[in-house]
Amino acid sequence: MKQTKTEIRLAGSGGQGLITAGIILAEAAILDNKNVVQSQSYGPEARGGASRAEIIIADGPIFFPKATWVDILLAMSQKASDQYSFDLKAGGIFIVDTTYVNQIPTSSALAIPISSRTREKFGKELFSNIVALGVICEATKVVSSQALQAAVSARVPAGTEKMNTDALAFGKKLAKEAIKHNNGVVAEIIEADS
Amino acid sequence: MKKKTSYQLMQGNEAVAEGALAAGVDFFAGYPITPSTEIAEILADRLPESGGKFIQMEDEIGSIAAIIGASIGGCKTLTATSGPGFSLMQENLGFACLAEIPMVIVNVMRAGPSTGLPTSPSQGDVMQARWGTHGDHPIIVLTPSSVEEAFLYTIKAVNFSEKYRNPVIILMDEVIGHMRARVSLPPRSMVERVNRVQPNMPPEWYLPYERSATGVAPMASFGDGYRYHITGLVHDAKGFPTANPNEARDNIRGLFAKIERGFREICLVDYELMEDAEHAILAYGSMVLSARSALEQLRKSGIKVGLIKLGTLWPFPRFALEHFLPQLKTILVPELNMGQIYREVLRVNAGKAVIEKLNRVNGTIIAPDEIIKTVKGLAR
Repeated sequence: MKQTKTEIRLAGSGGQGLITAGIILAEAAILDNKNVVQSQSYGPEARGGASRAEIIIADGPIFFPKATWVDILLAMSQKASDQYSFDLKAGGIFIVDTTYVNQIPTSSALAIPISSRTREKFGKELFSNIVALGVICEATKVVSSQALQAAVSARVPAGTEKMNTDALAFGKKLAKEAIKHNNGVVAEIIEADS
Repeated sequence: MKKKTSYQLMQGNEAVAEGALAAGVDFFAGYPITPSTEIAEILADRLPESGGKFIQMEDEIGSIAAIIGASIGGCKTLTATSGPGFSLMQENLGFACLAEIPMVIVNVMRAGPSTGLPTSPSQGDVMQARWGTHGDHPIIVLTPSSVEEAFLYTIKAVNFSEKYRNPVIILMDEVIGHMRARVSLPPRSMVERVNRVQPNMPPEWYLPYERSATGVAPMASFGDGYRYHITGLVHDAKGFPTANPNEARDNIRGLFAKIERGFREICLVDYELMEDAEHAILAYGSMVLSARSALEQLRKSGIKVGLIKLGTLWPFPRFALEHFLPQLKTILVPELNMGQIYREVLRVNAGKAVIEKLNRVNGTIIAPDEIIKTVKGLAR
């Protein structure tokens, strides 16, 4: 069996919940019985500075904990898009939140206004990170749907499970719509792996 | 896939907190500081559950003073900090070395000097951990290079501190402290716990600093009926200040002798692919992760390179190097500082192999590609 390794980077601003999203994604990978390492980088500010979470999911051992050439990139700020789009592997999946990314560097990106659609649907952007996880799951299948659902429920504060489950489903719906809009094309990586 | 091992996602700092609990730490005093805060956060939650005590102090000077006091009272103690706080702790660290107080300080290193880059990785405190407090003193410094080791080395650190009656420092870099990995930790029942030797003679016969055959003196807890004196002055076997040259010599030499006796046990070293190696990468902390990744690819391209992984930095495990020097042409020492362990390697090497350093002080980590490039250059 071919050993696979998927490097994921979630990048945006502090306060968007990307590190939490990274932890949830990593926990989902463990539930899928994969090996995983999650790391993060953020500025000294509590909110507003650059923030990124990286997750490496593999069947075998993982040595270096940081992502270098990423298979999946989520950009939730213009700065993140500008800074990291060059790190995407050929055929990698690039998801941009067009609420905060106005200039998208490539037409092959999966462009979804994640934060603004979350605000419309739930009244606040608080759930954007979970919606983004729904988008990632649907577009990349990097973790199974059941594992992600279980990881979300286990990590979010008690009493918010229902809202977060809805957010996850909403993210999947947004991804389906966007993929349909792209004539069914996400990126080549899915085909290469299957 | 029959035997089911349960895995969990755990952060390096979380593993330190778990290790402290597993080792029997029952007192923590500290002051939160990035990138070590999670350790205090978790222990604030968990220690009271098991009857332990957590105190947030006014600063790091108070924190180390509190753990010294608690240790004298019979607790197993630990504090966690980062560079700026570690600097404040230096004075009382010296006190603890001379008074022979078991305790553990975790320093999750961030880029310095001063306030530096609070959220960025560095290995800049290696020499501070060795010589930050004044005077000639022995110290034990352990450095984990994975989440699992953060757990295991914390247990080792507590045990060493109890066994040798000496402060032990855990130096972690931010990468290890903050990374999360899939781990499966051993059950509590499998964890070895070492307890300091207590006096068993009548209180009036007790000499608090009279070394037993092991080189370590039994330590009575305050409140147990043994009345004795502890001071930061050089002292005699009764614990009272002395300026007698013979007694002063015995006091200071005794500090070193107990650590020298335990040298082989204290030195945690691992070797990977060293049997036929002509080139070595000597690494610790997060640099082990970069080195391991580089190793795999360098071996594929036919270069006989291995890894010497230091889990103990002080006392410096010179034998780890000396053993392989005859077969080695070059040694690369990648570090997130300007070359602090590199100098130790030079000292031990004494001109035998070619030693090269690879340094980084910009708050980012050295990637495997850079190590590969450097080793290829050296091997050519």
